[in-house]
Amino acid sequence: MSHVVALPVLIPLLAGSISLIFWRSHSAQRWIGVIANAALLVASLWLLRETWVHGHLVMHMGNWPAPFGIVLVSDLLAAIMIVLTGITGLATALFSLSSIPREQERFGYYPLLHLLLAGVAGAFLTGDIFNLYVWFEVMLVASFALLILGGERAQMEGAIKYVTLNLLSSALFLTAIGLLYGVAGTLNMADLAVKLAEVPPEQSGLLTVIAMLFMIAFGIKAAAFPLFFWLPASYHTPQVAVSALFAGLLTKVGVYSLFRFFTLIFDQDVAFTHEILLWMAVLTMLSGVLGAAAQYEFRRILSFHSISQIGYMILGLALFTPLALVGGIIYIVHHSIVKASLFQISGLVYRLRGTYELKGLGGLFRSHPWLSILFLIAALSLAGMPPLSGFMAKFIIVRAGLEAGAWVAVFFALLVGLLTLYSMLKIWNEVFWKAGPETQHEVPTRGQSPRLTYYYLPIALFAVMTILLGVAIQPIYEIAERSASQLLDTRGYIEAVLGVQP
Amino acid sequence: MEFLMASLVGILFASALYMMLRRSIVKLVIGLVLLSNAANLLIFTASGLGSGQPPLIPPGADVPVGAVSDPLAQALILTAIVIGFGVLAFAVVLIHRAYEVVGADDMDQMKDTDT
Repeated sequence: MSHVVALPVLIPLLAGSISLIFWRSHSAQRWIGVIANAALLVASLWLLRETWVHGHLVMHMGNWPAPFGIVLVSDLLAAIMIVLTGITGLATALFSLSSIPREQERFGYYPLLHLLLAGVAGAFLTGDIFNLYVWFEVMLVASFALLILGGERAQMEGAIKYVTLNLLSSALFLTAIGLLYGVAGTLNMADLAVKLAEVPPEQSGLLTVIAMLFMIAFGIKAAAFPLFFWLPASYHTPQVAVSALFAGLLTKVGVYSLFRFFTLIFDQDVAFTHEILLWMAVLTMLSGVLGAAAQYEFRRILSFHSISQIGYMILGLALFTPLALVGGIIYIVHHSIVKASLFQISGLVYRLRGTYELKGLGGLFRSHPWLSILFLIAALSLAGMPPLSGFMAKFIIVRAGLEAGAWVAVFFALLVGLLTLYSMLKIWNEVFWKAGPETQHEVPTRGQSPRLTYYYLPIALFAVMTILLGVAIQPIYEIAERSASQLLDTRGYIEAVLGVQP
Repeated sequence: MEFLMASLVGILFASALYMMLRRSIVKLVIGLVLLSNAANLLIFTASGLGSGQPPLIPPGADVPVGAVSDPLAQALILTAIVIGFGVLAFAVVLIHRAYEVVGADDMDQMKDTDT
């Protein structure tokens, strides 16, 4: 029993409660946000270290033994995702210090932020599928409220689509849980892995149907083709700190669930399920990047690129070789960092120029050269230029694809990389390089703090991280490699949770 | 009984999806209500319909005697109902605010954020 597993859930929940106590004091809430997220990052690194040493950490809630009670399990994939939660959480808390308008802090921005992080951390750590559903709902309710904070027309319109499709996904998830419980009679993930291996062959068709239901439910959450339409309709509407958090972290929860379910639980019919995942991945990459090419609004371009990058992660899972899973995991890390950074840069540009439309922007390279360089680092990393993190992540996935002989997927992965570069250069030309427009937009300040330090700080930290991830990938690669071997060989997970040899 | 319940779940899912495809946002929310009810009934049916005893353990024994109903499915449904209720309350407030801001009950007039 190791109690460190519960810390990443408890810290945000506690911080959210304390923020509620300081409901009227917004400066207290701001600094609670920073301190709690720093603590979350420290706890997550501790969890990663402990998991690296022990392999799997399990905590039985209420000391009920495994298949009967709820367990929190940390394997290396979960620990990596928790570290990402800590990183994006801290970056968002810092970025919020000066970017969230004062009138919106009154509506409980910080308590909702903590609740969202608690839900995300719970979803990563739980080892019980119904508990996963509950954490999903915690996360969703917090994200609904963050999405509509401010109550502008675009936010309402985006939120209706976001809420509807995510509730549809939850209902499908719940349906699949019910059917799976009917077949296997258990909800514990490790126990399910054992029980489903013993299911008689005449029921294997039903299992595939249930697997497809889960795939659709998580595909909606992850914004995979053809289920992504809620994402470009909503991600560009909230406060930009919220957009950055959603794009950096929230869609990854869906991807993580796909990784968890289609390695641990549904590995009976890999030829069928992972073939579907493969085509889903290819079409997600392609449709996202083509959607982005047609856009001329900073945040809409970035939203569409989120979709296309999700495709690479699913491709890593679909190829289902050790190297491909390593690539998928590194891609998740890389994309969280880079996409959150790009959204934050778009927020800073909005703060400086008062618009997200590429037509109305320009001349930022002359006036803000350092910002331009930070953008260039993140944008080139997203497109996969060496020596940045995107290059390593794409390289590993493409290499795995070549080894597995998935020529079509490799071709599209490379083509999409090229088109991503086109999109990023479009932003570079329009926002930074071309001469500025003659009429400047009125820059709305809306009671935000006048200093830009807390805009630059997380963006610069993200830039350092993406460079480090590119040039010194060895330690991360080793963690990802061991994580991939844990995912492919589920015996360790089952033994750690149930305490018996499978 | 299973056949009846399965048909009911099917009808509920079909009408939920039909309502969600309508243009009116009020009907959209009705669709969401039906959807969560359909999922709950499905859990109830899939976990086995039987007229067993209540799952009580007699004094002195470690396990219940004879065939008992599965209490876990009902616990799951109860949790799902509570969560569904909370989310639904949010959805109702959301469509109310959306109606105030947009001034229409029509999804076709909410296409500004689409691409």
